[in-house]
Amino acid sequence: MKLLIKGGRVIDPANEINDVLDVLIEDGRIKTVDRNIKAADAETIDATGKLVCPGFIDMHVHLREPGFEYKEDIASGTRAAAAGGFTTVCCMPNTDPVIDNAAVASFVRERARKSGVVNVLPIGTISKGQEGKELSEMAELMEAGCVGVSDDGRPVLDSGLMRYAMQYATMFDLPLLSHCEETSLSADGQMHEGYYSTIYGLKGIPAAAEEVMVARDIILAEATGARVHICHVSTAGSIELIRTAQDRGVQVTCEVTPHHLLLTDEVVGGYDADTKVSPPLRSLNDVIALRDGILDGVVDCIATDHAPHHRESKDCEFNLAANGISGLETAVALIMDQLVIPGIIDEETMVRLFTIGPADILGLTKGTLEAGADADVTIIDPQLSQTVDPEKFYSKGKNTPFKGMSLRGWPCMTIVQGKVVCRDGIIVNG
Amino acid sequence: MELKKDLLGLRGMSREEMELILNTAVPMKDIINRDIKKVPTLRGKALVTVFYENSTRTRTSFEIAGKYLSADTVNLAVSTSSVQKGESLRDTIKTIEVMGFDLMVMRHGISGTPHYVARNTKMRVINAGDGANEHPTQALLDMFSIKEKKGTLENLKVAIVGDILHSRVARSNIYGLSQFGCEIRVVGPATLMPPEVEKLGVKRYHSLDLALKDVDVVNVLRIQRERQSAGLFPSLDEYSNLYMLSPERLQNAKEDVLVLHPGPMNRGVEISSSLADSNTAVINEQVTNGVAVRMALLYLMMGGTKDEIAN
Repeated sequence: MKLLIKGGRVIDPANEINDVLDVLIEDGRIKTVDRNIKAADAETIDATGKLVCPGFIDMHVHLREPGFEYKEDIASGTRAAAAGGFTTVCCMPNTDPVIDNAAVASFVRERARKSGVVNVLPIGTISKGQEGKELSEMAELMEAGCVGVSDDGRPVLDSGLMRYAMQYATMFDLPLLSHCEETSLSADGQMHEGYYSTIYGLKGIPAAAEEVMVARDIILAEATGARVHICHVSTAGSIELIRTAQDRGVQVTCEVTPHHLLLTDEVVGGYDADTKVSPPLRSLNDVIALRDGILDGVVDCIATDHAPHHRESKDCEFNLAANGISGLETAVALIMDQLVIPGIIDEETMVRLFTIGPADILGLTKGTLEAGADADVTIIDPQLSQTVDPEKFYSKGKNTPFKGMSLRGWPCMTIVQGKVVCRDGIIVNG
Repeated sequence: MELKKDLLGLRGMSREEMELILNTAVPMKDIINRDIKKVPTLRGKALVTVFYENSTRTRTSFEIAGKYLSADTVNLAVSTSSVQKGESLRDTIKTIEVMGFDLMVMRHGISGTPHYVARNTKMRVINAGDGANEHPTQALLDMFSIKEKKGTLENLKVAIVGDILHSRVARSNIYGLSQFGCEIRVVGPATLMPPEVEKLGVKRYHSLDLALKDVDVVNVLRIQRERQSAGLFPSLDEYSNLYMLSPERLQNAKEDVLVLHPGPMNRGVEISSSLADSNTAVINEQVTNGVAVRMALLYLMMGGTKDEIAN
């Protein structure tokens, strides 16, 4: 079966392509990218005026299955991904049971095959039970399809164990994805510590809670030669630590989320728990530093940290509310509308951060339109304007501080392994 | 001028609104001092106090304020534990609302909860203290007490002493007094200072003696003993050596300095007994003024008419 995407602007940073070209897909793989491809037997998609990109990868999502299906499951989460323009998601292991062994990792992949509509690559835990005491069986997790390890929201506080984890992971060149939070500095915190925590009367989480651990992980990465990826970087200080580490050759990469790039701590003022997230929304100074980090190449990718929650976990007193933002269905439109269209970053930079950026970190043969690659394609309509309506999300998590925002530049087609899975925001295959 | 639907805090409240409340409290105080302490102003209106934190004076003060004005007043005692198990706050509020109450007075340990409630109910909401955010009626009664003794609120030097970080009383006082051009000084240990507090337009001190120089008013905050075990200061002894207000420590203040305390006091910790019992302190009168200010608020918010209090 053949698919021909005609007349779109193909943006493929992995191959330094940014031109009006056609893309021919055959048997689930990219066949050719060229001018005026003729293929009479192919189904043709007119992409005139659209951006045709390698399938977007979100390396940090919470699909909640197994264990928390009331928040999200693989069926709903992957549909949210497809609707948001993502063809591949990496799911974090803080499920119940946690993904700390091959059986759970295999279960997730099996469920993804049966009920999912995009590629799902699990992340295993660093420690057994995500408890920070003993190492997980990393070789077995890799064998079962895990592409990285992370204890995510329960960071490894024991520096000794983290060092062993890094030493051990070097044998497999497995990246460690680190949620950097020194919990003794963030305990009971509800928002970023600063002027706004003072006037809102909420306990603050200092930037130091993140930066202390970023510094530690960089030092350990340098000492062990491991590949460390810093999740959802939120502070100017972290960016500076990572920048200097990268400059001296430490194998440290990082991601930022759309919400940390676009919102400051000021928005917490209405006590709407949809603004509550870990790490917290930071100051304007931090937001500027994250954007600078994108422009000078310190930031390797954008990831959503998609954290769907049940309504009751957010519709309550602020301190009792769960952390997290349902991000898959707004990420691309937010970056297009807020950063690309205003000219803060260019289209190629955006596509790199969503494609070859994360693919390189995880060692995936994705994020490229090279001949022979998996035919994962994301098509964006830069003219399409829509309002964010969480009630229309495929995700079960309606928790977003961007609700009601009018955005321009939405994904309009998502193709996974040669099959159109989402067209104009509607899931088509299943 | 009319007040907004809810009184959630003094941040963002205009000077005119505050003056309206304070001026309305003057005749209310007269009612308290009458033999027959009851006017029919709010007959047929109902208010409920919902306190998720312990309180004697604030809750009682609202209750009696409502009763003096002939409103039907109900107190709902809620233990903190019931917040987390069982009924959600949204359901509790709905249940109360459909009983027909016009106004809810809420205290909650979590900042922003009255704001959340106000968004989700038709009842008017008065914040009686939320977490470390605001305690607007306490600040209004402090301002009433200052104005009564000093004759004005304009351009006074006011020191607020103690645990500024966790204090909703401090925040509301800062927002309120700064509308009247007061010079506000906050003083306390560095660990109990909110970050970037200077941006609120106040001067930050760690030395009590420096902070008290030439002040007209000192507002002494209660120190919670659990802050010590949380590591925020070494001992109550050291705290009182550094920050306990006493007649001796007030030597560099203005001669007619006025001392306030929101209560309940820890005598010998943040305030000496001799000072608390002296004429310099007006701690008991603050309580009476609290009833008057709350009567004024209930009157203004629940639709009383001017004629009915004039007789």
